[in-house]
Amino acid sequence: MIVRRTVALLGLPAVLVAAWWVASAGSTDFYRPPLARILAAFRDTWFGRRLLDDVAPSLARLAVGYTVALCAGIAIGVAIGASPRLRALTEPVLEFLRAIPPPVLVPVVILVAGIGDLMKVLVIVSGCLWPVLLNTVEGVRAIDPTLADTARVYHIGGTLRLRRLVLRAASPQIVTGARQALSIGIILMVISEMFAASSGLGFTVVQFQRSFAIPEMWSGVLLLGLLGVLLSLGFRAVEARVLGWYHGLRAVARGSR
Amino acid sequence: MKAWLGVLGLLAFGGVLEALPRLGLVPAGYLPPPSRIAVALADQAHQPTFWAALGDTLRTWLTGLAIAVAAGLVCGVVIGSVPLLREATASTVEFLRPIPSVALIPLAVLLYGTGIRATLLLVVYAAFWQVLVQVLHGVGDVDPVARDTADSYRLGRLARMRYLVWPTALPYALTGVRLATSVALVLAVTGELVIGTPGLGREIAVAQSSGAVPAMYALVVVTGLLGVAANLVTRAAERRALVWHPAVRT
Repeated sequence: MIVRRTVALLGLPAVLVAAWWVASAGSTDFYRPPLARILAAFRDTWFGRRLLDDVAPSLARLAVGYTVALCAGIAIGVAIGASPRLRALTEPVLEFLRAIPPPVLVPVVILVAGIGDLMKVLVIVSGCLWPVLLNTVEGVRAIDPTLADTARVYHIGGTLRLRRLVLRAASPQIVTGARQALSIGIILMVISEMFAASSGLGFTVVQFQRSFAIPEMWSGVLLLGLLGVLLSLGFRAVEARVLGWYHGLRAVARGSR
Repeated sequence: MKAWLGVLGLLAFGGVLEALPRLGLVPAGYLPPPSRIAVALADQAHQPTFWAALGDTLRTWLTGLAIAVAAGLVCGVVIGSVPLLREATASTVEFLRPIPSVALIPLAVLLYGTGIRATLLLVVYAAFWQVLVQVLHGVGDVDPVARDTADSYRLGRLARMRYLVWPTALPYALTGVRLATSVALVLAVTGELVIGTPGLGREIAVAQSSGAVPAMYALVVVTGLLGVAANLVTRAAERRALVWHPAVRT
């Protein structure tokens, strides 16, 4: 059983990597170097000063921007979601702001904040905010009326109501928004550096491409992909903790049907 | 009543944006008042380059979306209906999906230059997973009781597709298409902005570097309107296609 599951888990990826390795082994094509050389370039390029000089600052900006967007989005979303009038008032504006493709904000923010760290963080915040905000609004709006009434009957209010009822009930939606925001955040982290920067992950990878350092460029693409996968795995671990109660509830509801 | 409040909100939003630069709270060079953006927008509408850019963006966006939806549907139904295939590909899908499509930008430029194909690669890659994952969920979500019923009635392969899998997977697939539509727009504009493929994104970059600030904002507004239109159309299509579905019917 364990063997079977291991094969199912690792079988296809192993075959694909092996196929890439074999197919590219004798490659003399300048643009498609052998996988062995890409991996060697990966080791030489990224395990060293670059990790501190380029990778860490990029990730730090992502972390700051994402956290700010998360907090602001949830706070504003709870406020808007709790008031039907405020919701009706802001809905068209929010729909429009959300529909703007986040990358076009890069030139706009450059105008306001130059091309420093502040610009990159602001770009990430301005892109990640909307999915969190709109999903929070939806989640707060859809609180089970029975639960809300029960809380009212027991005179549960203030912070307790916010923590135990509002945020709890909205958390599946908030997590959905946070997941969308994370993938947008990664995109914006890379783009803001590709568009205008002198350091950072996106800048370095594009620089490799422009100077035709092909194996290094491939290794950069691999690293970006790997970061995306790792961040999504991390997100899933956090989600399993935060939403454990919800998934359990769903499983029970499904099983009893 | 609700619609009026929405209009009021839009007006207030515009009013604040108009007042900020006019009162000197924000430099007008950074944030031109909406009235000036509107003038710039009208100005753009007279220029053939604007319409050409809009057409290019629409073409990249919709072509990429069509390819991604077709591929996602076919792969999703095939993989979803064969348990062995589903099991074998699960880890690969989970690994490839979170790879940010912007990571492919250098590759796309290297392989295809700055032409439409470079941006199409990004659009298709990003939109494909949205559709595929939703279709996989949908095909896997067939109600056990309904499946047992189909077994008892000895429904054939085609009848199963038509009466069991199709109605279950359709809402998921439409959700996938809706998500893919907005993701595809984002990536189309991104490709134009960063790679320089012809389209609105490139015009925005050009306007920014030449200091035509109101024109840049006007183009940003146009991309936003495209996004709004995409949301409205996909949601309307969803409602129409799912009139029978309990979630829509209520």
